[in-house]
Amino acid sequence: MSSMATKPFKTVAPRKKAQASNGLLDPKQWVKSAPAAFRKLDPRLMWRNPVMLIVEIGAAFTTVLAIVDPSVFAWTITVWLWLTVLFANAAEAIAEGRGKAQADSLRKAKTDTVARKLQVQDHQIDSPDVATVDVPATDLHRGDLVLVVAGETIPGDGDVVTGIASVDESAITGESAPVIRESGGDRSAVMGGTKVLSDWVVVKITAEPGKSFLDRMIALVEGAERRKTPNEIALNILLSAMTLIFLLAVVTMQPVAIFSKDFMAAAPDTAVLNGNGVTGIVLVSLLVCLIPTTIGALLSAIGIAGMDRLVQRNVLAMSGRAVEAAGDVDTLLLDKTGTITYGNRRASAFLAVPGIAGSHLANAAQLSSLADETPEGRSIVVYAKEAYGLRERDTGELAHAEWIEFTAQTRMSGVDVDGTQIRKGAAASVIAWVGDNDGSPNPHVDDLVDQVSREGGTPLVVAERREGSPAEVLGVVYLKDVVKEGMAERFAKLRAMGIRTVMVTGDNPRTAKAIAAEAGVDDFLAEAKPEDKMALIKREQEAGRMVAMTGDGTNDAPALAAADVGVAMNTGTSAAKEAGNMVDLDSDPTKLIEIVAIGKQLLMTRGALTTFSIANDIAKYFAIIPAIFAVIYPGLDALNIMRLASPESAIVSAVIFNAIVIIALVPLALKGVAYKPGSASALLRRNLLIYGLGGIITPFIGIKLIDLLVALIPGIA
Amino acid sequence: MSETTAGVIFIAALIAVLALSYKPLGDYMYRVVTREHHRKVERGIYRVIGARPETEQNWAGYARSILAFSAVSIVVLYVFQRIQHWLPLSNGFSGVEPGLAWNTAVSFTTNTNWQAYSGEATMGILIQAAGLAVQNFVSAAVGIAVAMVLVRGFARKATDKLGNFWVDLTRIILWVLLPLSFVAAIVLIGGGVIQNLTDVTSATTAAGDTQSLTGGLVASQEAIKDVGTNGGGYFNANAAHPFENPTSWTNFIIIYLLLVIPFSLPRTFGRLVGQNRQGYAIAAVMGVLAIVSVSLVVGFENMANGTVPQAVSAAMEGKEVRFGVPDSGLFAAATTLTSTGSVNSFHDSYTSFGGGVLILNMMLGEVAPGGVGAGLYGLLVLAVITVFIAGLMVGRTPEYLGKKIGAREIKLASLYFLVTPVLLLAGVAASIAVPSNLESMQEAGPHGLSEMLYAFASASNNNGSAFAGFGANTPWFNTALGLCMIFGRFLPIILVLALAGSFAKQKPIPATAGTFPTHKPLFVGMVVGVTLVLVALTFLPVLALGPLAEGLQ
Repeated sequence: MSSMATKPFKTVAPRKKAQASNGLLDPKQWVKSAPAAFRKLDPRLMWRNPVMLIVEIGAAFTTVLAIVDPSVFAWTITVWLWLTVLFANAAEAIAEGRGKAQADSLRKAKTDTVARKLQVQDHQIDSPDVATVDVPATDLHRGDLVLVVAGETIPGDGDVVTGIASVDESAITGESAPVIRESGGDRSAVMGGTKVLSDWVVVKITAEPGKSFLDRMIALVEGAERRKTPNEIALNILLSAMTLIFLLAVVTMQPVAIFSKDFMAAAPDTAVLNGNGVTGIVLVSLLVCLIPTTIGALLSAIGIAGMDRLVQRNVLAMSGRAVEAAGDVDTLLLDKTGTITYGNRRASAFLAVPGIAGSHLANAAQLSSLADETPEGRSIVVYAKEAYGLRERDTGELAHAEWIEFTAQTRMSGVDVDGTQIRKGAAASVIAWVGDNDGSPNPHVDDLVDQVSREGGTPLVVAERREGSPAEVLGVVYLKDVVKEGMAERFAKLRAMGIRTVMVTGDNPRTAKAIAAEAGVDDFLAEAKPEDKMALIKREQEAGRMVAMTGDGTNDAPALAAADVGVAMNTGTSAAKEAGNMVDLDSDPTKLIEIVAIGKQLLMTRGALTTFSIANDIAKYFAIIPAIFAVIYPGLDALNIMRLASPESAIVSAVIFNAIVIIALVPLALKGVAYKPGSASALLRRNLLIYGLGGIITPFIGIKLIDLLVALIPGIA
Repeated sequence: MSETTAGVIFIAALIAVLALSYKPLGDYMYRVVTREHHRKVERGIYRVIGARPETEQNWAGYARSILAFSAVSIVVLYVFQRIQHWLPLSNGFSGVEPGLAWNTAVSFTTNTNWQAYSGEATMGILIQAAGLAVQNFVSAAVGIAVAMVLVRGFARKATDKLGNFWVDLTRIILWVLLPLSFVAAIVLIGGGVIQNLTDVTSATTAAGDTQSLTGGLVASQEAIKDVGTNGGGYFNANAAHPFENPTSWTNFIIIYLLLVIPFSLPRTFGRLVGQNRQGYAIAAVMGVLAIVSVSLVVGFENMANGTVPQAVSAAMEGKEVRFGVPDSGLFAAATTLTSTGSVNSFHDSYTSFGGGVLILNMMLGEVAPGGVGAGLYGLLVLAVITVFIAGLMVGRTPEYLGKKIGAREIKLASLYFLVTPVLLLAGVAASIAVPSNLESMQEAGPHGLSEMLYAFASASNNNGSAFAGFGANTPWFNTALGLCMIFGRFLPIILVLALAGSFAKQKPIPATAGTFPTHKPLFVGMVVGVTLVLVALTFLPVLALGPLAEGLQ
């Protein structure tokens, strides 16, 4: 990492966060999802969800029964059974709809770009005035070289092989500040659909048509490539097994019911039970109430919403599997720079050479930094004010000053004012400048520079040349890594969740240790080379741990691929983005912590709603069993603890509750259950209380309330 | 001292001796199954049966060995009964009828000990001691061996080797079941249980009539019948017979014997997985369920629902006066909770709710503490299902003892859970739909249904006891219940072994603060809750029309 950060300031523009919280229960959303809900009734689509398929088959069956032998009771049940299926479909459609809106805005970036393919496929050109052929972007193939000049849209994913340009990536990342893309190094990757704002570049295409990052992104947010994740598959198996058990319980109840009715032959035939046993409508109602429809209906919406929550944080997961893996992470590898410390170092001391006053150095350092808009430059001005009380001067006050800007060639910046030249920059460059300006080397400077480097800081040398005298070094600005605020608390929370944090840095062990202690990470890897990172990942995985990391460079690619969760920065190389299983469009490494939370929340939501769904069954039994059998065994009315009005109203109320609870829980499914970092025991106790105990109690209240209304319907009460 | 006080002391003393046995017996069994070297006598046995003790089997190999061994056991036991009349010490009984011989062979091989015959009138001394008692040993050993395989699945890493069936079988019989039974038999003889080779003794009763008293090797068979949670009585009256269970003292010893291995196995489990606290948690789940069950049975019997019982202030019909309500209720609960088909009172005569709890005990899947071995593996499967739901709620891929519960594991666990409800409910539904089967019910209506429910619960869960009024000796029920016994025994065993196989293959995940702890009261409560809710939800409709309809009048 070069000492002088050249990254522009970044303002993260969160993408459409408002949509997540608002309008969850907006009736418009439900109306909009209605056509999709009906389309999804197709059994060929339903078979993916066995629980809801059973409900659909049941609904079809009761429809036939209701036509053959119509009654208010039969039709009420039939209508609500169909509604149950539709509610489930609508939940999924709403979840998908939120992704679709995003996909549409992405598609706009995917206009029919015309690419200017180089006629001679050779990137060794030094001006944009070369012969090109216009071809549609969709005809570009891997390896093609295209020219893109200011104002044009980049036709496809690729690497800049010649030139440097500022690129507007807002169409994909949502961030308005342009970024620099240049050939070579770690910032050469460009994405199709982004726009070149200045200069020109030659891009070597790296993606086949239809397989670009933008294409993948659209497919991801639309959920078109959604495959069931491992935990989802496992949960589906459990739900299917439960469906089977309840199917068995209901089917085998019938001969037993016939036997019992036969025994109490004097009991009158009713709409729920006659000599042929329990009526078909009631059997289906009982089955639908017992099978885990709540979680069955919301399972896929939960998965889609989980991905969507990531997208809203500007993270693209290449698969749902990766999101789930994030919840399982045991070890987080965090790069020190940019993640734990501010990526840009800050001035923390002015070390003057002997014979020079500190205030003199401070003054020169401040002057030379006034026009320096980099964070380092700003930090010098701020420090001069804090430590030496130097008023921040406006560049306007020094109208006659000539500002020397930092360039990669000179590696220093400065100012010429009133005949005095001040230079500040990398030690070697400034010392060379002093030599070029008749100055003599000062042995103290090397000592200071060494000292700062040893302590893990970055030394910036400040030199001055007064009119008529030789240049001389004034001293060294000590730029220090500053640990971001609140990191220690975040790491403590992670520790409580059982996640170990490891800081990875190129610093020497002593510096690394100091920063690690200050930041509160559990461990650190100093003087880390890419191989060391890789070895650490392997070691952790050997011990059975799941590892997450972020990375952006090409040399991070193997480690990103090896990690269970590899988050590539969008500013990174295409190699890094290919290797990781997530891409952070904001290129914010601390987001890893949020990603872990989203992964956990996804699993928790599934678990909580499964528990809720099963716990609900207790109340439904108390509603339906006495409703069916109290007519032959009046003693069983003791189980009717809700005192529901009539057998028919009890069954209708249970079915309606079962359907309505799906709608009621859609917001929770989309938003995810509340997640506070904490130990597993604390989380479980809380969720068990809310969704377990709550799941037992809620339906007793809900069914009773519905029954009070249903009892008013003539023909049911 | 009132009967209730005596009952409470009886139960408290029982809990105390079980708690005292937990560590030493659990540790001892741990040493038996983990010992590295093979003793001389063991090597001799391996040579005779042609086993290679050094080679460990994978789960499928282990399963094949169990199935082959059990198939041979059934055939040998069948032939043995059929040729009884040619054998010595047959008390002059003829060869056993084919249907009954098959039923009995299956019943004893599956550790069910459902008895469609009357011991003193059908089986001679030789069959009882060399046929049935042998199966009492080996079928119990098979159960413990399977449990050990599942535990090894948790304890081992990245391997498909799960132990050698022949080694496990030999060691469990030689060093666990035989010594325990030997000591138990001596104690029981001291308590008045008979042990002789006399076939029939004639006695003159006080009324001057002649009574034929059957003798035999009763104490030795009684010992393994309880130690191995088998339950097949020497006499038809089983542990209600004074020669099998003469006093309140022997009653105490018998209950202790049938609970001691199932309750101590969690310790062995804890030792094998290297965390004793995991064993305590499993034992606690068993204990909580058992205490609730015993309290309910004794409570319902004392409340004496019904006209006659209320008149005499306790439901004493079908119970021995020498035991009284608490000791009978405890015995009934303990046997139905352990898949021991033994009775010291007649369950058919229990109050509707008391009898209902006995049925529910079996429906729990015999896990509290369950049959030897079978209880532990059954409960561990329930723990796996619980952990799956709990694990999701803490936001991690669920894991138990460091092993992940993925699609394959939850599939095997779910199938395991499905087996007995399918057998039980399908059996009852199919049977009750055939009018001629209703003649087997002693009573019509809800109680008749309870009798049938009991029969299928007992066979599917390999318990073996019955609501005695139920006429199960018909071709339909002999066949149906026989199938339930076979499938109820071996399907779960195969599934458990497969589960062990997929756990053993995994590398363990180290526990962190994010791992849901499975040794704390919260987990114990959750397993109890999940077990009760799942079982209640599965069986509530039939229970409502049986015991509940009968009791809520």
